[in-house]
Amino acid sequence: MPRMSGAKALIESLKKEKVEFIFGIPGGAILPVYDALYDSDMKHILMRHEQCAAHAADGYARASGKVGVCMSTSGPGATNLVTGIANAYMDSSPIVAITGQVPRPFIGKDAFQETDIVGVTTPITKCNFQVRSAAEIPKIVKAAFYIAYTGRPGPVLIDLPKDTQTEEDEMNFDEKIEFRGYRPTYDPHPLQVEKAVQLLIQAERPIIVAGGGVKASNACSDLVALAETLLAPVATTLMGKGAIPEDHPLSVGMLGMHGTAAANHLVQDADVLLAVGMRFSDRSTGNIKAFCPDGKIIHIDIDSSEIGKNIKPHVPIVADAKRTIQSIHNRLIQKFDRKERSTWLNRMQTLKNMHEEMIKSVGDGIKPPALMVEIRKMLPNDAIVTTEVGQNQMWAALYLKAYKPRTFISSGGLGTMGFGFPAALGAKVACPEVPVVDIAGDGSFLMTEQDLASSIAWKIPVIVVILNNSMLGMVAQWQRLFYNRRYSAVDLKRIPDFVKLAESYGAQGSRVQSIEEFRAAFKEAINSDVATVIDVPISPEENVLPMVPPGNALKDLILS
Amino acid sequence: MEMKERIYMISAIVEHKPGVLYSVSNMFRRRGFNIESISVGESEQSELARMTITMKGDEATVEQVVKQLKKLISVVKVSILDSENTVARELALIKVSTPDARVRSDVINYTEIFKGHIVDVAHESLIIEITGDTDKINAFIELMKPFGVREIARTGIAALQRGMRSVKME
Repeated sequence: MPRMSGAKALIESLKKEKVEFIFGIPGGAILPVYDALYDSDMKHILMRHEQCAAHAADGYARASGKVGVCMSTSGPGATNLVTGIANAYMDSSPIVAITGQVPRPFIGKDAFQETDIVGVTTPITKCNFQVRSAAEIPKIVKAAFYIAYTGRPGPVLIDLPKDTQTEEDEMNFDEKIEFRGYRPTYDPHPLQVEKAVQLLIQAERPIIVAGGGVKASNACSDLVALAETLLAPVATTLMGKGAIPEDHPLSVGMLGMHGTAAANHLVQDADVLLAVGMRFSDRSTGNIKAFCPDGKIIHIDIDSSEIGKNIKPHVPIVADAKRTIQSIHNRLIQKFDRKERSTWLNRMQTLKNMHEEMIKSVGDGIKPPALMVEIRKMLPNDAIVTTEVGQNQMWAALYLKAYKPRTFISSGGLGTMGFGFPAALGAKVACPEVPVVDIAGDGSFLMTEQDLASSIAWKIPVIVVILNNSMLGMVAQWQRLFYNRRYSAVDLKRIPDFVKLAESYGAQGSRVQSIEEFRAAFKEAINSDVATVIDVPISPEENVLPMVPPGNALKDLILS
Repeated sequence: MEMKERIYMISAIVEHKPGVLYSVSNMFRRRGFNIESISVGESEQSELARMTITMKGDEATVEQVVKQLKKLISVVKVSILDSENTVARELALIKVSTPDARVRSDVINYTEIFKGHIVDVAHESLIIEITGDTDKINAFIELMKPFGVREIARTGIAALQRGMRSVKME
């Protein structure tokens, strides 16, 4: 067994996991690792804020399907990762976060830059480890990647006391890892599959709801095939967007608080609802007591704790989405001979037409739905779109169609403003050949814009489209609709000149006043080899519609 | 559907290492589940500890607790114990004031009736060790209250299933 330092062993272990990129920021307690990195050909992307390092790792993971890696020092470096880790946890994104820690003899002594990051991240990681001796490092890294990537993916944190990084020992890289308490169930129970098939055969008004789990298990094409056999519309959650190409005749878009009329009405009227890799979040279901009131629910999820957490399904199936959809489909085609479902699908088409109507812009200025359609037209199908959080996010989710899995990346569960831009950087690192666009708001972008510096330094040319209303737009929308227009603390009053801001970093900036100007600027941005910020002034009075007011059933949506 | 609240006993085999009790208790706190008692100690297998958790809740809640426990990587096995086929015991140490000989002899008598032990004798107090199910211990404490209970320490419930049934790793 080779003898080396813990820091060297960490780098060797990361190589064995085929890690190509680390997003991070060094500091005192992680210096030995950065010293070992100096001799390695692994690419380290120096970010300007640890939160961005975590989001970039997350964006990298979502775009590539591989594990993203971020790294920071102890104390404030580690706590700055926390938002990014929580974000990855809520959206089941596989990242490994590596943090420096004060040397073992100083732990618990409130030493300089000491934080109990293992304690802090316990509720927001799938699992976390503190290294107790250098010799443990190969095994812990292997375990961390395995846990992050398998089952329901999620973040794992490794905390490395500084003296375990310098300690030398014999390193065993071939040791097998065993988990007595972690064995994801991949194969569905045949009896449950049979029950699901029976329900689906008898269904008059079936609907499929696809969540992020469909993408995580690479089950998208299987899902579409099942939908086609079944003649069932497919709605997605925000996380599931892209699970079915949104120009597919059976795609009805996103359901939920800002869902499409088609998705929300069809979900409410369905007699059988097949939910795959989704967790019935409050934003997806509206008033849960009134959700799909006459429907029988089949719920497939690899995480058994999701079954029955928010809604009690008639047929629960704890298993991998891909394997389950395939088994259901295989059983179904033996018995199912239905060739048409015209009443239900005609209703779907009528509702879908309503959605198309909403895109038609009225009045002056650039309307966000029309802008989303324009962006889609100009991008190739495999381009990646990330979003910030708020109105920009919902406009993108509703009106910017995704045609492929892993091309729409958004902060769903945590709703993290400032996520989209660093996630775009991570996605661009993963997929340098395709355009990557962050649909942003001015408020969100200002939370992480400092990493324009990283995009220039590391030549990561992404495009940021800022829907600029000088407002915290979604909060303003709620105040407009539910707080009698009492706009409390939403007017940003002073925002920077985004063109000059971009230019000061060495990025490209432009401001557009019409769709024609936007087209020209966006075309230039796609071909640019530096990051581009396009400032698009929009009216602060715009609402994202449709909207289901909080507490309402999905069918009670505001359309205008 | 009517959901009745009652006391459930859960037996969990967990990895015997630092941070496991924290991750379990933290999960209960964060998801708003209430623990009535929790006891933890070594199990029959090295590297594994047994936790016995009692909690109040309805069936759906306890089902969710079991699933959330199973989700923790350091938790190896979890079962709900069926109270009819389970031996559940708790130990309590109770310090009682005994200002005079009459009180002292009463306390000693009651302790004998409850099959407890006097484990410490001082001039003005006794410490009694008593084991049994929760009801028995509660009853004994009620009985001691008029004499002046100074301190109580209870372990929480430890429980095993009767006969050959078991919650263990193969």
